Amino acid sequence: MGSIRLEQVNKTFGDVTVIPSVDLDIDDGEFVVFVGPSGCGKSTLLRLIAGLEDTTGGRILIDGKDATDTPPAKRGLAMVFQSYALYPHMSVRKNIAFPLRMAKMDKAEQDRRIEQAAAVLNLTDYLDRRPGQLSGGQRQRVAIGRAIVREPAAFLFDEPLSNLDAALRVGMRLEISELHERLKTTMVYVTHDQVEAMTMADKIVVLRAGNIEQVGSPLELYHTPRNLFVAGFIGSPRMNFIEGPEAARYNAHTIGIRPEHIAVSADEGTWSGVVSVSEHLGSDTFFHVHDSGLAESITVRAGGEVGFRHGDRIFMTPREDVLHRFSADGLRLA
Amino acid sequence: MARAVTPKKKAINTAAAWAIGLLIFFPILWTILTSFKTEATAIADPPVFLFFDWTLENYQVVQDRSDYMRFLWNSVIIAGGSTLIGVMIAVPAAWSMAFVPSKRTKDILLWMLSTKMLPAVGVLYPIYLIFISMGLLDTRTGLVFILMMMNLPIIVWMLYTYFKEIPGEILEACRMDGAGLKEEILHILTPMAIPGIASTMLLNFILAWNEAFWTLNLTAAQAAPLTAFIASYSSPEGLFFAKLSAASTMAIAPVLILGWFSQKQLVRGLTFGAVK
Repeated sequence: MGSIRLEQVNKTFGDVTVIPSVDLDIDDGEFVVFVGPSGCGKSTLLRLIAGLEDTTGGRILIDGKDATDTPPAKRGLAMVFQSYALYPHMSVRKNIAFPLRMAKMDKAEQDRRIEQAAAVLNLTDYLDRRPGQLSGGQRQRVAIGRAIVREPAAFLFDEPLSNLDAALRVGMRLEISELHERLKTTMVYVTHDQVEAMTMADKIVVLRAGNIEQVGSPLELYHTPRNLFVAGFIGSPRMNFIEGPEAARYNAHTIGIRPEHIAVSADEGTWSGVVSVSEHLGSDTFFHVHDSGLAESITVRAGGEVGFRHGDRIFMTPREDVLHRFSADGLRLA
Repeated sequence: MARAVTPKKKAINTAAAWAIGLLIFFPILWTILTSFKTEATAIADPPVFLFFDWTLENYQVVQDRSDYMRFLWNSVIIAGGSTLIGVMIAVPAAWSMAFVPSKRTKDILLWMLSTKMLPAVGVLYPIYLIFISMGLLDTRTGLVFILMMMNLPIIVWMLYTYFKEIPGEILEACRMDGAGLKEEILHILTPMAIPGIASTMLLNFILAWNEAFWTLNLTAAQAAPLTAFIASYSSPEGLFFAKLSAASTMAIAPVLILGWFSQKQLVRGLTFGAVK
């Protein structure tokens, strides 16, 4: 069991308020991702749940029990750090065994669990090595191994993939998702990478300046962002925002349209502009369109075979059914 | 970018380094040489450097006249004991200063160091009286205690610098893994800081071994270490240079050998943190 509940949790460091007040429910078995720009308080929130930072006010409940003043060792949570934080003086086996040793588990059971975790994470051949002799991906797997052997109530991940190269990151992302499918244990995952958030989460928590902007499933956030911040943060490339008369036509202060929801054509459409830069990714092409009179630059996604060039005048038609309307204070209009 | 060093410059630097090295080493060399001379040769004018009749007579006399092994054993106990207890106290102290600093941590560190600036003789009288009333005079326990207290600021400072180098996330990881404070210090911090702790212990062992002020003033016959052994060969009159040199050589030999074999560790310890 691993449900986590935050009630009016707040945190200040000296005079600086990092988290004004957060209420959040994380259900047992959920994969929750905290996402937001750097400095938004997502790591602090995770560390508050872990118990590595003390709350200034509010309550943290783990499985319904008040854990606000419980030391990290007693919360039954496991954490994977960005720097992996392996014990450099211990072999991989001893690293993974450490939490079991601390729990005074008997030796046979320890060995059984270590072998099992090593098999799951492809570490069997490396058990007698030191962390210094492993690659980044292997170290990350050891850190995960150390977290899973204890069968914790929940896993906490603090930007675990940001030290890995791009290819490895995609692989580890899948492995962590598979791990969640298999273990069905609650996972709380902090990242600034919205692709990780979209692909892994059951529930995304978007944070800005210590406040929760929106909580929802990846597709909820994608289809119905609550405000301009969430609309701009979720989705890649970013949603286009248009103000002025064009927005007024839709009875809104600002309208938002995602690059993938605009159709392009060489000779007809609602809007027109001049291609400034075209990025060919093979499968897709992104056009950055200037001089449309709508916004400084409009990003449009088209198929990989569409071949407009710099300086070409093109026509764009937004899909009105997926057009987002926002009020002057940035909130979504129904 | 490496600096260009001309062969000439390199030769000058090398010569200068050797000159300074020899200058520092010369008194030790002279002591060792003198210990093999007769008393008459030892005070010959002009001094004889190498060409004299080498003799082991002084060592024979020193060996006959006093019980070297007893002094040696006292030195080992006093230096070893004070270092060991000092480290046991300093590890938790340095832990708290490095990982849970308060507003006053820097001040406390500086204040501790400032006690080393006080001339020891300034507190000799009160400490002497305390030692008398507690029955610690001329006991190894008393000396272990006083030398441990004297060196504690240095031990804490050195360990503090080593601990600062250990990433905090590793300690947080072990807390998440269920380690309490005791396990954290015992299983994670101490093993990771072993090189630093070793060089701290080594340096403090040498400092305590060479400490003469307290050992001479607070001992008589029972607890006297090798410093007292050397001092007993100095006398206001008569010829004693050769015997004194022999006693000195015997007293510094163990720690010289220890230092020689651990010089890498010592240098690393003293320059730790300077170069990453």
